Formats: sequence, structure tokens, C-alpha cells
Amino acid sequence: MSDITKQSLSSLVKNIKDRKLSSVEITKAFIDRSEKSNELNAYITEDYSSALDKAKKFDQKPNLDLKLPGIPMAVKDLFCTKNIRTTAGSKILGNFIPTYESTVTQNIWNEGAILLGKLNCDEFAMGSSNETSYFGNVQNPINKNLVPGGSSGGSASAVAGQLTPITIGTDTGGSIRQPASFTGTVGLKPTYGSCSRYGIVAFASSLDQAGPMAQNVEDCALLQEVISTYDPKDSTSIDFKRNEYSKELTNNIKGKKIGIPKEYRVDGMPQEIDELWQKGIQYAKDCGAEIVNISLPHTSYALPTYYIVAPAEASSNLARYDGVKYGFRARGDDLIEMYEKTRSEGFGAEVQRRIMIGTYVLSSGYYDAYYLKAQKVRKLIKNDFDEAYKKVDAILTPSTPSSAFKIGEKKDDPVSMYLNDIFTVPVNLAGLPGISIPAGHDDKGYPLGLQIIGKAFDEQNILNIAYSMEEKIAFKNNISDWWIK
Amino acid sequence: MSIDLKTIKHISKLSRISVDEPKAKKLAGDLNSIFKFIEKLNELQTDNIEPLTSIAETTLKLRSDEIKSKNIREQVIKNSPQDNEDYFVVPKVIE
Repeated sequence: MSDITKQSLSSLVKNIKDRKLSSVEITKAFIDRSEKSNELNAYITEDYSSALDKAKKFDQKPNLDLKLPGIPMAVKDLFCTKNIRTTAGSKILGNFIPTYESTVTQNIWNEGAILLGKLNCDEFAMGSSNETSYFGNVQNPINKNLVPGGSSGGSASAVAGQLTPITIGTDTGGSIRQPASFTGTVGLKPTYGSCSRYGIVAFASSLDQAGPMAQNVEDCALLQEVISTYDPKDSTSIDFKRNEYSKELTNNIKGKKIGIPKEYRVDGMPQEIDELWQKGIQYAKDCGAEIVNISLPHTSYALPTYYIVAPAEASSNLARYDGVKYGFRARGDDLIEMYEKTRSEGFGAEVQRRIMIGTYVLSSGYYDAYYLKAQKVRKLIKNDFDEAYKKVDAILTPSTPSSAFKIGEKKDDPVSMYLNDIFTVPVNLAGLPGISIPAGHDDKGYPLGLQIIGKAFDEQNILNIAYSMEEKIAFKNNISDWWIK
Repeated sequence: MSIDLKTIKHISKLSRISVDEPKAKKLAGDLNSIFKFIEKLNELQTDNIEPLTSIAETTLKLRSDEIKSKNIREQVIKNSPQDNEDYFVVPKVIE
């Protein structure tokens, strides 16, 4: 079967359960394609030979009751994997080999999946184009020299390029949904507290969430069902009744009230984004949903708030990289010089910039003016959503203010790079679930995504809306395999 | 407000990131444009707003105080940049 890598996760699982395909056949197919895809630079660390061993072992005694039986999968290199190098895209963790496994990846292996390798990402997940990775930028399978988005750029590229049937990313301000939108794939950021943060390299702890990235909504629902568990090892993990998202998936969304927030029609938004949004509204109506105009008045304050809260938490989280306990160490004559050189040589420019912003807003004399102010505005942003959800069941917006841009295009202008996350950041600040689904193409033929935002813990509802709209949209990704010689 | 080179050097000291002159200049430019963007928050009057301190509105769970990880010294020091048997080794601290 030469078309193994074209199959969705759900179809691969079915073929394994029906004994039509073996884990070895599937694993070999994805390894083969990954090996031909070096030009995408999607992988940081490959683990192919041990993946094949695990596949052989699975086939000898297949447990077909598992949810991901013998399915190979590459994951973002922000998840700690026991005995497999985990870099977070940084020089400072370039030789770090965890002695423990993240809860989210452990959940995946417990359901029978097999690790293919670790996928490229922006350094410490700080970036919107995968250009801040120490291990080089990632190519978007859509077109040469196009960014795949970020920070889960390697993950998005690997799913769109069919190097892995499905993957997981992390999303602090849009790092799952924006690259999903740029590559014509589906990405879900779950409710804060839904997936354990244990063993995920921390960026901004009150915003970080892991989530699935997939070719379609059904696959996304299946992986979410696997990774979302209550975990006592993460004190912010929430013990709520989780749905069996894939089993309960339905395209019947008749009567669901979907809100359209007027503040998302931002100044200078390209016409094609507005047109996509209007089309999305029509699709939602065609699916039987009721459209309600709503207001989220503090939307324009979300990005400035995020660029205080996230760097503040990052500066605190990244204080642990001191060259003493693990990771890269530079030489210094005394302890302080060793610290300062280690961090100056070990972190890239964007990470240093954010540590400096965070240190500044937390420093004596500035805390109230910046950090406390941002925490107050964050409350206002959350209140906006609480008000809106008295009237609607979900909210529909574009995922990004543009399609994928060229590598290098925004690299030297941090603020214009940050603007990429204008539609995704409010969701993280309010701790809500959001899903991006591919919904059309711009005039260059690049994919564009729509975002559906839900109430906290209401993943099932936004998955259902996405599932129903996906059917109506009938999106087709134009991938020419240009990188395969 | 504007962030000058002196402030950059102060933040760099607090962050334990060494910064030379060209890098300090570049950072000052970047940080000024970012803070110009952040200043937008001053448009909002927030005197009577409670700050949001935790997004997950649950109370922390209590658990019994049990030791779960035992004999993991080897794992803990496994990734240390310089080994010396059972210790983390750093440049000298006391003259």
C-alpha cells in the first residue's frame, strides 16, 4: 500500500484493527517518507530504528483494544521523552536527555502509539514562524520558503507533509492554531487544565496547554480523548468529567448559537480574511446554527496584556537554566560570569528579549504599572467572554490575520510578528478551548483557517461544530510534494 | 517612557544575561517598540478591578505528604554539565 501516509489516523487505526495493515508496514511508510523529507527540517531528533523495533514488537502480540494501536507518531520537541533528547528548540537544552516522561506523551504510548521522533519548534515555543529554533527554520509543505507558523511549526509541517499521521503541539498564545491555519490542518488548544503540563518544558505556566494537531476533526477528537487526563503531578490539572470526544462526535449542531464578535474585524485586516469569515458564517448557518452578533470589548488589549504576562512568567520559568544542573554551560572565571555567559550564549535572541521584558515588568518599581495592570486587564478580557457565553454556545472568528508569509519576512520586526496571534491570544488569556480548521485559500492558494472558541471544558461542543462545518467546507490541501526529489 | 542603555544594563544584570554594547543598543530599540505597543493598556481605568491571579478557578487539592521518588540521585545528576561523582560542580564561589 503506497498510499499509507495519505490515510487519516482514524483510517489507519481501522486498518490495523481489521488486520489489513500491520504496525511495521505503517511505521515503515512514515519513516520512509520522513527520510525523504529532510528539506522540510521538521525533525530535530529522529528515533526511527527504535520505532521499527517497537512496531515489530507490537505486531507479535497486537493489542487491538487500544485507541492508537501500533500507530507511529512524532511529537513536538517540547515534551520530555524518557531517554530521548528533548531540546525545546534551544541550544541550552541541546544535550538534555530527560530521565522521565511527560504525562501527555505517556498517555499516548499507553494507548499503543510509537514515537517516531521529536519535531522542530520555536525556541522555548517563543515565536510565530519557527524561525527562532536553534535547529533552523522549518519549511511549509504548502510552498517553498514559506513559514509553517509557530511555535509548533515542525508539528504542523509534519502533519501537512504526511510525515506523521497526527501529532501534539503546545499553545501559549496561538502556537497550535496559527501553524494549523498556515498549513491547512486542524489544531485544538484545549481548556487550561485539561491536559497535564507535567514534563512539558515550561514557557508561561498560566497559558501553556498541550493539544492535538491533525488532518481532520475526527482524528483531533480521538487524540484529545487520549491526552486529556487529570494528573495529580500538575497542580493546575483539573478533575472534571471528560467526554469520549471521538465517540460522542456528531455533526448535528442544529440550534447552536454561534457568536460573531465585532471587535475581531481589526483595522487593516486583508479583505480575503474578512471574506473567509463571512463564508464561515454562512457555513455555520447551513449547518443549522443560529448566528448572534456579540461584543468582546477588550479584544484590542489582549496582545499588550499577553506581552506582559507571558514574558513575566517566562523570565521566572527560564531562571532554572543556569548551567549548573543540566544543559549547556559556558566557561566563566566565577559563578556569576558562568551564569551570564551560559544564558547569553545558550539562549537565542527572541528568548533573551522576552526574558528581559519579563524581568523588567516584574522588577521593583514597575510591577504595579505593568504586571498588576496586565492581570487586571486579563480579568476584563475573561469577563468579556463570560458575558458573551450568557448568550451564545461558541464563537466563530478567523484564526489568523493573514495566510502564511515568507521565511525572513517578519523576522526583524518583533511587533509585526506578535500581531500574528491577535485572534488566538485572547483564548489563552481566558483559559478557553479553541480549534482552528482549514476553511479556504487566499489568492496565492495558501490555506486560511477559521477558529471556533468554546466555553471552558466544552471541547465536545467546538469539536462538533468543527466536524459539522468541515463537512460543508470540504477543504482540500494542495500539497505538491515539492521537497521530495 | 523610553528604555535607555542604562536600564538595559540593569535588566541584563537582573536576568543574568551578559550584554555587550551593540547587543544593548539592539535590545533598547526592540524593547522600546514593544513597550510602546504595551502602553495601550494605560487607556483603561482599572482601579476597582480585581487582578486575575489564577485562570483555573479551583482550589488546590491536598495530598498526603509521602515520598514517591526514592533513590533517584543518579537520575537527578545525570544531565549535569560537569560530573564529579555525586555532586553538581560549579566554578569557585568563595575566594
